[in-house]
Amino acid sequence: MTAKAEQAIEFRHDVDNVLAEAGRQHKPVLLDFSAAPM
Amino acid sequence: MWPDERVVRFVTENFIPARVHVKDDAQEFQRYGQKYNAQWTPTILELDSDGTEVHRIEGFLPNDDFLAQLMLGRAQLDFKQGKFADAERRFREVVDQLPDTDAAPEALYWSGVSRYKASNDASALNETARAFTQRYQDSTWAKKSVIWK
Repeated sequence: MTAKAEQAIEFRHDVDNVLAEAGRQHKPVLLDFSAAPM
Repeated sequence: MWPDERVVRFVTENFIPARVHVKDDAQEFQRYGQKYNAQWTPTILELDSDGTEVHRIEGFLPNDDFLAQLMLGRAQLDFKQGKFADAERRFREVVDQLPDTDAAPEALYWSGVSRYKASNDASALNETARAFTQRYQDSTWAKKSVIWK
C-alpha cells in the first residue's frame, strides 16, 4: 500500500450523513469496519 | 487491499466510502457493528442507497480477490435493482478481468442469470451451463448450473 493510494480513498466517518447522502444521490455505500492502524 | 490503485479507482467511481474504526470511532463502530452484525475486522459491506446490505466481505483478501469481490458486489447491486443488462456486463467484467479469483465462477453463474432475466431467453442459461464444462468445473456454481443443460 502506498501512502499516495491510501490517501486517494477519502473514507468518511460520519456514517449517518453518508447514508442520508446516499439516499439523496441514489448512490451505493461502501462501509468498512476496520481495526487497521489509521 | 486498499492500497491497490485499481481498488482505489473502483471504490472512488462506484461508492460513497465510509469507515468506522474499532478504536477511533468506537461509538459508531458499536452502533453500526450491531446494526449490520459486523463481528470481525475487516468487514466490508456494500450497501444500496437505502442502506440495505447487498454484499459482504469478511477477512483480508489479496488484491485481485478483493477487487473481484468488490466488483461482484457492485454487479449484485445492479441485479437487485432489476438493471439486468448492467448487471450482466459487470458480472462478465469479473470473469474477463479476474478469471483466477474465487469470485469468477460465481460471477459467471450470475452473468447467465442476468442475461436470462434481461432477455427471457433460456438459451442464456444453457450457454452458461456449457461454459461451466470448460472452466470452473469443480466449483459450486458449476454444480448449480447443471440443471440448465
